[in-house]
This record gives sequence, C-alpha cells and structure tokens, in this order.
Amino acid sequence: MPDVHALVNDFLIKLKKRKIEGSKATAKVTAEVLRSFISQQRLPNTNQAGALIDAVKAVGEQLIAANPVELAVGNVVRRVLHIIREEDLSLTAAAIGGLSLSAGSDDEDDVGHDEHPALSAAAVAAAARSTLRPPSLQTLLEDVPHTAAVPHTSSSGGDSEGKSKSADKNSSTKRLKHNVIEAVNELIQDIVTCHEQIAEQAVEHIHQNEVILTLGSSRTVVEFLCAAKEKKRSFRVFVAEGAPRYQGHTLAKELVTRGLQTTVITDSAVFAMISRVNMVIVGAHAVMANGGVIAPVGLNMVALAAQRHAVPFVVLAGIHKLCPLYPHNPEVLLNELRSPSELLDFGEFSDCLDFGSGSGSPILHVVNPAFDYVPPNLVSLFITDTGGHNPSYMYRLIADYYSANDLVLQRRSAS
Amino acid sequence: MVAKQSGRNRGGGGGGTAAATEVSVEELARVPLQAILLADSFATKFRPITLERPKVLLPLVNVPMIDYTLAWLESAGVEEVFVFCCAHAKQVAEHLENSRWFAQPNFSVTAIESNNAVGAGDALRLIYEQNVIRGDFVLVSGDTVSNMSLAVALGEHKERRRKDSNAIMTMVITQSKTSPTTRQSRLGTDELFMAIDPDTKQLLYYEDKSDKGTVSLDKTLLSDHPSIYLHNDKQDCYIDICSPEVLSTFADNFDYQHLRRHFLKGLLDDDIMGYKIFTHEIQSNYAARIDNFRSYDTVSKDIIQRWTYPLVPDVQFFGNSSTKLDRQGMYRASVVGQSRSAQVGPFTVIGSGTTIGSQSQISNSVVGEGCKIGANVSIEGCYIWHNVTIEDGCQLKHAIVCDGVVIKSGVILEPGVVLSYKVVVGQQFIVPAYSKVSLYQQPIKQDSDEELEYADSSTGFMDASSLSGLPDKLKEESTIQLSESQLQAASEVGSGGVGFIWSTSEGSHEEEWRHSVAPIPPAKLLEIMHTSNNELEVVQQDGNLPPSGELERDSVTANSNDYDDDDVDVKDDYDFFENEVEATFKRALEENIKEDDVILEVNSLRLSYNLATADCSGALFYSMMKSALSAPHPSPSDLVKNAATVITKWEKLLKYYLPSIDEEIEVILKFEEMCLESAKEYSTVFVQILHLLYDKDIIQEEAILNWASEKEGADETDKLFVKQAEKFIQWLNEASEEED
Repeated sequence: MPDVHALVNDFLIKLKKRKIEGSKATAKVTAEVLRSFISQQRLPNTNQAGALIDAVKAVGEQLIAANPVELAVGNVVRRVLHIIREEDLSLTAAAIGGLSLSAGSDDEDDVGHDEHPALSAAAVAAAARSTLRPPSLQTLLEDVPHTAAVPHTSSSGGDSEGKSKSADKNSSTKRLKHNVIEAVNELIQDIVTCHEQIAEQAVEHIHQNEVILTLGSSRTVVEFLCAAKEKKRSFRVFVAEGAPRYQGHTLAKELVTRGLQTTVITDSAVFAMISRVNMVIVGAHAVMANGGVIAPVGLNMVALAAQRHAVPFVVLAGIHKLCPLYPHNPEVLLNELRSPSELLDFGEFSDCLDFGSGSGSPILHVVNPAFDYVPPNLVSLFITDTGGHNPSYMYRLIADYYSANDLVLQRRSAS
Repeated sequence: MVAKQSGRNRGGGGGGTAAATEVSVEELARVPLQAILLADSFATKFRPITLERPKVLLPLVNVPMIDYTLAWLESAGVEEVFVFCCAHAKQVAEHLENSRWFAQPNFSVTAIESNNAVGAGDALRLIYEQNVIRGDFVLVSGDTVSNMSLAVALGEHKERRRKDSNAIMTMVITQSKTSPTTRQSRLGTDELFMAIDPDTKQLLYYEDKSDKGTVSLDKTLLSDHPSIYLHNDKQDCYIDICSPEVLSTFADNFDYQHLRRHFLKGLLDDDIMGYKIFTHEIQSNYAARIDNFRSYDTVSKDIIQRWTYPLVPDVQFFGNSSTKLDRQGMYRASVVGQSRSAQVGPFTVIGSGTTIGSQSQISNSVVGEGCKIGANVSIEGCYIWHNVTIEDGCQLKHAIVCDGVVIKSGVILEPGVVLSYKVVVGQQFIVPAYSKVSLYQQPIKQDSDEELEYADSSTGFMDASSLSGLPDKLKEESTIQLSESQLQAASEVGSGGVGFIWSTSEGSHEEEWRHSVAPIPPAKLLEIMHTSNNELEVVQQDGNLPPSGELERDSVTANSNDYDDDDVDVKDDYDFFENEVEATFKRALEENIKEDDVILEVNSLRLSYNLATADCSGALFYSMMKSALSAPHPSPSDLVKNAATVITKWEKLLKYYLPSIDEEIEVILKFEEMCLESAKEYSTVFVQILHLLYDKDIIQEEAILNWASEKEGADETDKLFVKQAEKFIQWLNEASEEED
C-alpha cells in the first residue's frame, strides 16, 4: 500500500512541476500508475465495482488537478473508469447468463437490464451496455444473436471481453480486479503502439510526389512520414519551424537522417507556401469532443491557410488524446502560458521590465501561449489508431471509449 | 553532462584500461549533488518584519521564499540540501517539517540550527566542522528565485576541476543592462564591476561597492591574461557552485564573514593558494536574489509575468493552492469572494478565501489568503499578506502589509509604507511615506555601519526570537508590551491604532526610497542618472586602460585629483608614509647610507603608498627636522645649529625632491604645521630656519613669497608665522625689486 501512495505522490509531483512532457508519455505513466493503484486496492465483498470506481475517481481527481493543462491524464483516468464499468457489466452479465434469471445484481449501474429477455450472457451484456450509453455504430449494425455464438467485441474499450467471457462464472467477484488489470494492460499497450497503428495507414494518405506541410514536431508525424517513406513513396516535406520552441528544426534534422526531402520555412511563410502543398499533416495536443483540436501554437493559422487554398488538413492523434470534454467547458484549461524567456532574452530586456520607475506597473508584457485551438470545421480528417474519422464523428468515438457518468470528475472541489 | 556522467558511472565499474580505472576511481568518489542553503541573510534590510519572522519565510506571491529556492534546487537535480538556519531557527525548522519537503523521495532536506552565527562565514565553518559535504556543492541563500538548469554550469565546473584542481568555485552571473537607473530601480543594487578573462571565463576582479570612483586592476593580471573584459553589465546571481576547498578556506580564514566582500575578494587578492574562480553566464533563464524591499517588488512582478516559469502561481510547484490564470496576468484562487462592482485590475494575484467589497479597485498587487477588503478601497502596487483586514474607504499605494494587520476605515498609506505583523492603524490616519510600523519598538542603536550590522543584527534577532519562541507566548508578551505603552502607541498610528513608527536614522533616510517597494520618484531617478553619469565618466576614464607602457608599477589608478574625494583615506595613508620615511631616514643617519640609496628607498615608498613627489619632500623635511630635534639642544640657537648641520648634510637629498616651487611651498607649509603641532620648539626659530633654507638655496625666494601671498587671505591664527617672517619677506621683496 504505502509504495503505491509513494508512486502516486511521485507522479503527482512530477505532473505539478511539469516534469513529464508530451501527452503520450503522460498517458502511459498515468495508466501505469492507475494499474498499480488498482492492483493494490483492497475491495469489499459487495459492490466491488462501485468501490473501485470511487477509489480511482479520487486518485484521478488529484492527478487531473496536478496538471489541468495536460488533458491526457483525465482521458486515461476516464478510460480506466470506463474499463471498470465494462468489466463489471460483462461479469454480471455472465453471472446472469449462468443463472438464466435476472437476479438482483450488486451493481446499481445495470438497472434496466431485467426487462430484457435473458437470451444469453453476451446478449445481456450487450443489451445492458446499450442501456447505459448510446449504442455504438458497430453494435447497431451487428446482429445480436450472432454475437452470442462468437463474442465479437465492438470497437469499445472492452477489448478484453473475450477474456472475461472465458472466465469462470462463479468466481466473477474475484475476477473483477484481475480483468480490469488485464484491460488496463491492453490500454497501455494501445498507447505504446499508437504510433505504429497510425503509421500503418500512411500509404493510404500520402501519394507519390506530393508535398506535405507540417509545423513543429510530433513523434506521431515523424513515424507517419517515415512509414510512407519506407513504403517507397517519394514525397517532399515542408517543415514550419514552430516558434518559439523551434521544434521544427529537430524534426527537419530527423527527417533528413531518414532520407526525406525536407524544406524548413518560417511559420510566417506558411501562407505563401501553402498553394504548393498537397496536404497538411500535424500532430495534436488533444482532440475535443466536438472535433476541435488543441494543438501547438501556430496551427490555427496553418489550418486557415489550408482552408483558403482547399488543402486537406489532417490531424494525427493517438486515441489517448481523445478528450470527452467540450472546449467551452470551464473545467478545461485550454492553454498554458509558458515563460517569456523563450521569446526574449531577460538580460536584454531588463530595462523594459523596470518596475521601480514610473507608475510601478510593467509596460512590456510578453505572452507565450503553448497551444492553439483549431475549430472542427477547419479539420478535414482525423487519423487515429482505429482509422480515419471526420471531425463530426468524434462524439461517437467518445461514446465508445468513455462512460457518460465519468465526464465530470472534479465537481466537489468547489466546496 | 549529467547524462554523460551517469552513463560513465554505469560503465565505469569494470574499467580495464588505465583511463577507465582513472575514471572509475573518480566515479567512486562521486556523491549525490549537495547544496547549502543559507536561510538567513545576516542583514537588516527587511526590518522590522524580520524581528518576528525570518526573511526566508516571508511570502513571495503567497508562497514562502524558501519554497522557491527548494523547489528550484529539487528540480535542478540537487539531492541533498542542508538548510542553515540562524535567526528564528525554530520557525524555519518548523516550516520545513510542516511542509512536505522532508517527505520527498530522492531529495533530503536537513536543517542545521545555530544561534550564534553572525555571518555566512560562521555558517560555512559550522557546516565544515560537521563534515557533511563530500563533493561539489551549490551554495545559495534562501531568498534566491531561479529556474536555471544547473547541469551545464555543473558540467563546466567539473570539467575545469579535472584540468585544474585550483578552480574551486563557479559563480553564476547574468546579463543586465548597463544603465545604472535600471540596476537601481530593478533590484536596488549598486553598480558591480567585474573583470573576466573572455577565453577561460575566469573572474579576475570584483567590485560591488565602488564608492571610490576608481577601478584599479593589477597590472600583473594582464601579463597572465592577454585580454580582460571589464564588465559593468553583469549581475551577480549569488548562486555559487563550490568545491569542498571553499569550506576549508573559510575554516582557515576565521575572519571571513561575507561571501563576496571577504571571501571572494580574499581569494582574488591572495596568490598563495592560487585558487581560481570562474563565472558561468546564464542567457535566458531567470535568477535573482531578494535583497531588499525593492527587489522583493521586482521579483514578485517577474513571477507574475511568468519569467520564473514553472515557478509561477498557477503551477502548483509546491503545495500552493490551485490558482487560475485569467487574461492580463490575473491570478485568482478558486475561492474568492469578489463583489460584482469591484474592479480587480491587471497583474494581480488574489489568494483563496479573500473577500473584496463593492467599488474597490485593486491593480498590480498581491493579496494573500483570507483577507477582508471592504468597500471603496483602492489598492495599487501593494503586497498584502494573509488574514489582513482593510476597512472601507482606505487607499493603499505601494505598501507591504504583513499578516494580521488591521487597517481601519479611511486610512491612507502613502508609498513605501511597511506595516509589520498585527499592527492596527487607527481611523482616518495617514501613514507617511516610507515609514515602517511595528509592534516592537525600534532598537535604540541603529547603525549603518556594515561591520557593526552583523553584531547588531544577531543581538536583535536573539531577543526577537526569544520573544517569538512560542506563538501564543508572543501574543501575550506583545499585549503586555502594548498595554504598557498603549497611550504612546495609540498616538503614533491614530486613535485605536497599535504599533510604533520606526524613525529612520538621518543617514539612511536619504536611502529609504532606494530600497522601498514604491517606484522611485522621477526627481530621484534623474538624480541617479546624473550622479551615475558623472561616475561613469570617471570610471570610463580609468576603465580604459592606458597603453601598457604607461602603467605604473603597481596599479592603474586615477589621476591624483581624486584625492579630494576620499580625504580621510589619503590622510591615513600619508601618516603611514610619513612614519616610514622617518624610519628610513633615521636608518640612513645611523648606518650612513648613501643619498642615492635613500632616494631609491623613498621613491619605492612613495610608489607603494601611491603619493605625489610633493608629499615626499614634506615627509623628508619633516624627518630631518625631527632628527635635528632629537639631538641634544640646550637652547634654541643650538637647535638651529643642529638643524643646519642636518640640512647641510642632506642638502642634496632634499633638493632632489624639490624640483619645482610647488614642492618648496609644500615644505614650508609642512614646517609651519610642525611648528604648530608636533614640534613646538621650532616655532621660536621659524624665521631662522627659513632663512637657513633660503641661504642653502633649498628654498627659493619665489616660493617664500608665494607662500606669504597664499597666507594673506587666511585667518589670524594661520598668519602667525607669516607675521614672524614679515621682516624676512620684506627684505626678500626689496631684494627682488633691487634686482629688477
């Protein structure tokens, strides 16, 4: 127990001090911390899922508060909560299937399922799930009786349903934790491999002799471009340098070592160059529920330029970047203002920051936001590890991955 | 660099080649990076606040200063910190215990308490005795705010150490603007001159108190370092990376107290140990030290402007409550009760639990937690700490208001006011500008002398700490104290008010505006500009090194006009010089040394005391007359005879030093002075000796006449000898007329 607390605290401190950078790393560590937290958690005999959800919520709240800017933390916490609910549901469903009677479940969540005829365990599970949230597109299209024979899992987070199905029905209560951990492991695996999954689709999008424009640096974009290169596509890349951190420079270096034709341009030259570009491919900080993107600063300008010249604006985002919140939600801190020293040299400007003379208030003010918000109508396509999606489709993906009960985690902090 | 280090650390275990074993030996000696944090500034700049609370615990944008320093050290990779507490050591230790610093993994904080340290030197000596520092360490004081990364500086330091074991310290400096007004109005620091070797970054010269108006560099520096940059545009961050030798140096030199004034200068002047100090300049990172109220103001504003990122209010770098950043640099805690009609302006921080009444205006200020601000209050550029009550209709401008202060309705605080803990200001009272109000009475002895400051501050802290040892005891005592002097106190800060207004001693009153939180008035700013321009001119004159041929043997100094600036100093020097010359002359008499040799000796004395030839002639004449006086002389006429023999014997020597009339006049003046003061016996024979000198052609008539005319304007007492010599002068006048 204590070592988990230490682990959580350590992670909290790291988040607070902004020591972990990048949403992928943060998402991975968050999932790992939650996994060890869950495995150490002692559960009561009744209402296990409820207890586990409450415990994870409490920890998740702390983690989110530690760095409200990094939305990936909240995303992973919500994913884990959703996994717990799913596992619990499938276990109960399995138990019901075994008893073939709608005995009272110990979970308050699945209230509506007793009206359904007890077809089979899987059918009950699917039906129960469908009462909890809007049915996902794939579930609707699939025939329920078919799934009874082969427990085909939908695209939802319950990838591990297959395993839970094979679990012994009677020991369902003991299985819950085990299953949840299994599922979280898979989530971690998903996060780790999201680059490859996205990169696999590269050839479908990048064609011979095309010109691709990108801004700043994103690991996903690098993998994506290199995957296309490896498949013998020859194309050129324009890299906007991404002031003030100039990560575009490192990106250009990396692309060149991999043998890609690269051109570095300034951010302000984007509009001039966009007419020669076939496609804009960028990474994102987070994808919001409405399909809007929170992305490194400067991308809104690029998106507008792309729209003006009808150039497709493609955003690559691992599924952990998918945030179930809307950007107008006051809980979401959209931006982080970083140090002005990235823009100006402190020594050079110390006379402009002179508070001892005049009215005592600074006249020079430097604003260095880290992110831009790109509205959904400017985005042509999202490429996630599950494939390409329209911005308008995002809400549906979110419905698949998150449970509506978990969207608001931080309510009680107001007291 | 650090990565490289750890990489080698892993591989160094089984080193086979000679180089590898050498490395592994070095790596075995590697210890976790340590830091010494001095939680006491050994100064009184923050009085009267520091009578009750140590400086490092004062809130800076609602977070104790020491937490900024610790958070920075932690994030910079320091693993072990020794916090040296002296004044209010209990409070510091308590704070560390209550905060979570002790619970941090991979970061240990140890408090070292001492009650009798009077300076940084004592602190370091104590730490040296405890034998806890095992390798290179970072030396900072607990009021440093920085976000620099230590890795590069540390790497450079280690690299230099490998090559040269005498490179014991690396000082972190940053660029600043040369404009003296900026320096003054930003951090309230004086001008700082540093000479740095541009190639090796070695520090060769450091002068932060340049009241002399001259910068003197040793010429030998130039022979070792072909080029030297003399900087006036650098700022000392007071962050030092030191090797253990620094501690032992402090232990060896028990009189070292001040880190810069004693230690640094001691090392720079001392050639015996050959220790070297290097500098590391940080470019875009932030580093500053809070030394006075002015820098408190500036650093607070820098934090609000996010230069110290990630050490900013909305990032919970350590235990501070969650704060949100709105537009225009406004930080608001999650729970703030703000009236709809209240206007909270730009660059303001509002702590949690604070309520703001209707029609109140706040701008450019920091308001702490749990404050109650009434209606129609205007607050501009103020630092209001926790649990302060401000009633309706008050006007506050550029003030510091400490915890628990009550400001009754209608009070006006003029710029630069400091209200210490729990002071109550009565209704409608106007607190005058730059005044400091405290529950404690001002210590009677308020000295501005640096040396005494140490002693004074320590005693001051001692009785304060004994008073505030326990919080409730403090309350009791202060109420007792208050009841005793309530009548008087009440009159000082308005009816119903509690507190004493500290009077500023006449000397420092002039300086008040320099170090207060209020902006410098434009008139004063102009004054600084003006004086500093003058200063700069002088400095430039001296700073531009003349071609090496013109350098004097020992030092490059300003022209002798500067003597007027520091008369006292020169006077002292002159007295020493005179004694030396006298001793030399005596020896010459006894040992019958040749004149040429005496000239040589006197010349070298003159150079080492840095005096003019006129001073030599005066001193030499003085010593001759003294020797004449020491010989037995029953009557005044014998005395004249004695003098005559001495003068004839050393005629040549004296003449050597009298190349022009100016020197001759100097000799007469000297003689006059002797007759008045040291050798009154000569006063009766003044004219005879003067005549003698004239006869021997040592002094020409022109000199005597000049002297007489110079004295004409003087008052009667000064004219005593002119009158004596009246006849002689008359005779001289006539003689010269005859000649014409």
